[in-house]
Amino acid sequence: MTTTNTDLPLNHQPGHIKHDGHNLTGFIIFLCSESIIFLAFFIGFALLKTTAPEWLPEGVEGLETRMPLINTIVLVSSSFVAYFAERYLHQKNLWGFRALWLLTMAMGAYFVYGQYIEWSELEFGLSSGVFGGTFFLLTGFHGLHVITGILLMALMLLRSFRANNYDKGDMGVTSVSLFWHFVDVIWIILYLLIYVWQRTT
Amino acid sequence: MTSTKYDPRILKTQHPVPGAPDNWKRFFTFNTDAKVIGIQYMCLALIFLLIGGLLAMVMRGELITPPADLVDPSVYNGLYTMHGTIMLFLFLFPVLNGFNNLLIPTMIGAPDMAFPKLNAAAFWLVPVFAIVLLASFFVPGGPASSGWWSYPPVSIQNPLGHFINGQFLWILAVALSGVSSIMGAVNFVTTIIRMRAPGMGYFRMPVFIWTAWAAQTLQLIGLPALTGGAIMLLFDLSFGTSFFLPEGGGDPVLYQHFFWFYSHPAVYVMVLPVFGIFSEVITVYSRKPLFGYKFVALASFIITFLGLIVWVHHMFYSGTPQWMRNLFMVTTMLIAVPTGVKVFAWLGTLWGGKIRLSTPMLFVLGGLINFIFGGITGVMLGTAPIDIHVGNTYFVVAHFHYIIFNTIGFGIFAGIYHWFPKFTGRMYYEGLGKVHFVLTFIGATLNWLPLHWAGLLGMPRRVASYDPEFAIWNVIASIGAFMLGVASIPFILNIVSSWVRGPKAPANPWNAIGLEWLLPSPPPAENFEDDVPTVISEPYGYGLGKPLVEDQNFYVRRSMEA
Repeated sequence: MTTTNTDLPLNHQPGHIKHDGHNLTGFIIFLCSESIIFLAFFIGFALLKTTAPEWLPEGVEGLETRMPLINTIVLVSSSFVAYFAERYLHQKNLWGFRALWLLTMAMGAYFVYGQYIEWSELEFGLSSGVFGGTFFLLTGFHGLHVITGILLMALMLLRSFRANNYDKGDMGVTSVSLFWHFVDVIWIILYLLIYVWQRTT
Repeated sequence: MTSTKYDPRILKTQHPVPGAPDNWKRFFTFNTDAKVIGIQYMCLALIFLLIGGLLAMVMRGELITPPADLVDPSVYNGLYTMHGTIMLFLFLFPVLNGFNNLLIPTMIGAPDMAFPKLNAAAFWLVPVFAIVLLASFFVPGGPASSGWWSYPPVSIQNPLGHFINGQFLWILAVALSGVSSIMGAVNFVTTIIRMRAPGMGYFRMPVFIWTAWAAQTLQLIGLPALTGGAIMLLFDLSFGTSFFLPEGGGDPVLYQHFFWFYSHPAVYVMVLPVFGIFSEVITVYSRKPLFGYKFVALASFIITFLGLIVWVHHMFYSGTPQWMRNLFMVTTMLIAVPTGVKVFAWLGTLWGGKIRLSTPMLFVLGGLINFIFGGITGVMLGTAPIDIHVGNTYFVVAHFHYIIFNTIGFGIFAGIYHWFPKFTGRMYYEGLGKVHFVLTFIGATLNWLPLHWAGLLGMPRRVASYDPEFAIWNVIASIGAFMLGVASIPFILNIVSSWVRGPKAPANPWNAIGLEWLLPSPPPAENFEDDVPTVISEPYGYGLGKPLVEDQNFYVRRSMEA
């Protein structure tokens, strides 16, 4: 186990394998896996929506779309804000990054708040047939991801105040920003499936 | 940019690695050394093999006579559910993760996993969900009793009305197991992609690495679907939704799709690493290069791909439309092609080799014979008409035990014996190993071969009592099962006594070729430390006389000096 350099033959260069620098690879692999769970929910939703004998519970006409549309616009634009925040970070403009990063968080929080308002005004619940169940399951599961994203961003914001935080690169910010885009794309599909595609019978 | 900061030499001086040799306490701590975690996984898994096996022997004791006299039929339902769940989630997945932890870093020359802390966290989730699962024996109403697949509507019955019931804990445990497996899979795949030794291109990786990679890819793709289904099942059971309840517009068959989309590939998650073990062991003990190495390696990913599009063959009798049956029948048959490639490659390697029948080789040859048999019954079951005829009979039980125990289990035993000297630093006793093999092979054959007949004659599975006409097959099967129980005695004796006071193992007792055999036995905490070899030839160069790495003699000498 203990070797001294005198043992080394001449044609042999000592080398080692880096321990770190794999976070982004791991995170992308995780996101691919995470997207499958949404894919499963989406496929389940589409199957139930097309095959259920009665889709809407009694007394429910359909879903209101105006408020969720505003929410969608806020969430989708927050992705662009996050992108510019990341650009500022690459240009070493720390305060620009922090400001835009905070704005992204605020937009995410607004989305969660809008979702909460929408939930509290609905006249159906979790147990109102598959319509209610899938609605709350999909929006709730996505909402959990938005909240996770905001918490991760808060962590990155706090860490940006630590000295020498970006000496090893800004993989944390890149990963969280990637997560945020992922949450956004999921929401766009979710919005199309739940709100745009209405089944009235 | 960070190479100086994270140089292992500095790491070692700054934070002493907790895995210091001869310190057994490290196995009970949150240790981030992959080799410690690997042994933790293996020992825990083997304890659960005994628990799951004990449940199986109670069942075989019940089935030795036609009436339900030893245990109550409702208890019997809990027994087979827990037997299946424990064997899959607490024995097979953990034991294979143990192999992944031990072999992936050492075989590719990496110092550790890409994410050591995540790795340790994934391991420590196993005892957590083990406790959750075992706790279900003590809740009112007993453990989950709807079979390991937990089909609704049976699984969402809650007659006693308790919020915390056996099924609830079962779903919770499976979900936690899923989280642990995903953490593991992210780690293994990242490590394989990013941390290989210089010169180790993809077609210089040992087949075990290929198969582990293919298997973990399946985990990443399939497991989220099961988790999704389990979450929906939990909501149906506990929160009043009706995703799988026809009364509320739900569809019970949808759950079956979620379940089998993962749980069929789960078989490949388990069998692929065992194919890797077969390839490693057969080449060492026949002293020949692996026949068709590239095809064997690539066949792993073809199995991954095909494995994802065959799941409906478990649902031929679930009211699936005819076009779906035909489609999935064809894809199922196609799986036989890449698997056949592997079988022929192993036979081609054995052919004309200098075969040495030591314990690992015996287990591999036994497992190979059983696999061919189980594979043939698998193709039979993939045919929709036969499947509809024998579905839910003991033919199915016999078939999958031929794969799960007689192939995967044998491969695991082979792997344990083969790498035992490397990771414990002690030799095992060959005689006891051979006794273990003989008892296991005879016991397993007596146990599951007769059940094919019982199944073809129409004996249904998952029943505590049966028609006396099936009695003879069940008596033979029960004798085999008890023999398997006895077979664990030489195994435990061998492992424990060799580890405690067996002869010291040399670095390369089998004259094997591979990076792990260039390390001392047991390998130091950081494997090759700051002196990782450069790979210069393909694996399995037996009899070719070519060195595997640059300066091979230096590494051989260093591993022997330790």
